[in-house]
Amino acid sequence: MKKGNQTDFWSGVMFTAIGVLFLVVAYGVKFGDTVLLPGYSMGTPARMGPAFFPFWLGLILAVLGVAIVINALRSKEAKPLEKFHWGPILWVLGAVVAFGLLMKPIGMPLAGLVLVIVSSLGGENFRWKPTIFLAIGLVVFATGVFVYGLKLPIPLCPDISNLQDMRACRV
Amino acid sequence: MDIFGNLMLGFSVALTLSNIMYCFIGVLLGTLIGVLPGIGPIATISMLLPATFVLPPVSALIMLAGIYYGAQYGGSTTAILVNLPGEVSSVVTCLDGYQMARQGKAGKALGVAALASFFAGSVATLLIAGFAPPLAELALKFGPADYFSLMVLGLVAAVVLAHGSLIKAIAMIILGLLLGLIGTDVNSGVARYSFGLPELIDGVGIGTIAMGVFGFSEIIRNLEQGEKREVFTKSITGLLPNWADIKQATPATLRGTALGSFLGILPGGGPVLGSFSAYTLEKKLAKDPSRFGKGAIEGVAAPESANNAAAQTSFIPLLTLGIPSNPVMALMIGAMIIHGIQPGPQIMTAKPELFWGMIASMWVGNFLLVVLNLPMIGLWVKLLSVDYKYLYPAILIFCCIGVYSINNATMDVFLTALFGFIGYLFIKLDTEPAPLLLGFVLGPMMEENLRRALLLSRGSPSVFYERPISLVLLILAFALLVIVMLPNISKKREEAFQE
Repeated sequence: MKKGNQTDFWSGVMFTAIGVLFLVVAYGVKFGDTVLLPGYSMGTPARMGPAFFPFWLGLILAVLGVAIVINALRSKEAKPLEKFHWGPILWVLGAVVAFGLLMKPIGMPLAGLVLVIVSSLGGENFRWKPTIFLAIGLVVFATGVFVYGLKLPIPLCPDISNLQDMRACRV
Repeated sequence: MDIFGNLMLGFSVALTLSNIMYCFIGVLLGTLIGVLPGIGPIATISMLLPATFVLPPVSALIMLAGIYYGAQYGGSTTAILVNLPGEVSSVVTCLDGYQMARQGKAGKALGVAALASFFAGSVATLLIAGFAPPLAELALKFGPADYFSLMVLGLVAAVVLAHGSLIKAIAMIILGLLLGLIGTDVNSGVARYSFGLPELIDGVGIGTIAMGVFGFSEIIRNLEQGEKREVFTKSITGLLPNWADIKQATPATLRGTALGSFLGILPGGGPVLGSFSAYTLEKKLAKDPSRFGKGAIEGVAAPESANNAAAQTSFIPLLTLGIPSNPVMALMIGAMIIHGIQPGPQIMTAKPELFWGMIASMWVGNFLLVVLNLPMIGLWVKLLSVDYKYLYPAILIFCCIGVYSINNATMDVFLTALFGFIGYLFIKLDTEPAPLLLGFVLGPMMEENLRRALLLSRGSPSVFYERPISLVLLILAFALLVIVMLPNISKKREEAFQE
């Protein structure tokens, strides 16, 4: 199983899976009378329904995926899959998700501090002191530019009514 | 109105104090962010997109165009000083630019890059002014079937020019087309692939995909590779080339400009193709090709002029046909739609001040780039020597705030994280993401034109080969595909990308 072009093999699997997903959702899934997924209307070529274009594209994608898989299995050049580094993935994307979750409840500045500190944990030679200075600096700068400069509607303070009434929390 | 009258109108818009200022801010911010290693124009534009929301459309587009040139030039600076291309189009600049820097001629390399770019940009601006009106007129004759075939040609060309496997690039385009269909179908009102999430009813934002796939995944990639950078911070003096340099660089600049301008107009073309071809051409024409890769000044002047010329002329299909020829233009279309402008042949007649204002601002932007960059090189160099561990959290926070502000939706932040992971997957599976973005923008347009064409022909596909324009475009697309699949050519194509 470790033979052939592993990188291409898995990319083919990915394309096939996504293609099948799109075409199945467009077409719908029915077993007898039970409708699991309603699907969209296919229409006729003269009056294309919403399912028409995605169905055919999904089919083409799935077929291309299978072709890539076959090519990869026949390939003489062995190309193992590159290693996934879960550390940076989790720290960086986790920090982003945390920012999204915290943005509305505690405001951008505090959520921004969390984002900068958590994402920094994914880098090399993490040190608390410079990271905290960096976080504060970036948050102050971002608040100045986006909230006061560009006047974008970004929550500043935690979502607590006493705080929201304060003048400093409204721009 | 003749071309000069039009340009005068354009300059009267572009040279208002506020628009000069926005152009300046755009070029400055674009360079500032584009200089950061690993951040290309796509990530830069999508990050700075929200900053233009408060502006009126003309100023916003002027600023975005400025950001684009700035990012482009910033990428070249990084290529020369750090040997790390910020984007694909400055890969070839690394070859000789970095060598020049190692020989203590960093200043000269940067100066030549700036001047060659300025020259190319000025020529390309004139070309746009000359070619756009007749092309837009031609485009008005296009029916839905012709548009569909044109998009097919554009996508095929983009596939042909993508790196790596042909079939994977086609699959990426189709994946992009499918992602573009997420959201409400304009004809039936059905919310497709929204999986019950109200945020997906309007579809996925282009900023979300661009920032995730081109921004976040790059950060993760850089973190896992660890840091190895050698920055030439010292001895950046003598920015202005001397007479011998000028004599050497001028023919290369002229050829680079011509080649870049031409390749930029082609569907699927753009800066990447321009810079690669210009470099190869110079190497072929040189009396002593062995100098290349060892700090030849032509090796900087030619690709730099070509990529700037192509960056400009790739606006031609965008402004006249409303069709993006490369991912950056796809992003520009997204930005225009956010600002309520539907790109297409009607822009020129309906909004002449916007059309010509933008064209004139391109020249202003190029001029500002030279004025800005020559004295500010020191600042960019300082920025380059900042540790990556302090840079990437900064990039992340600006991306997150930016993506949130597009719709004021936290859902978009989560989606960007998801696309960041998908982008990382693409890197690991060795699939080039650029065609995806192109497909994403073209997805809804292709569906709509296919629908209209088939409605008019009562469902008969003959409309695609009975209309002469459509037939020619489809034959071109087919021929292109056949040509690259020929074993002989496909080998050469691989070699060309290897270089």
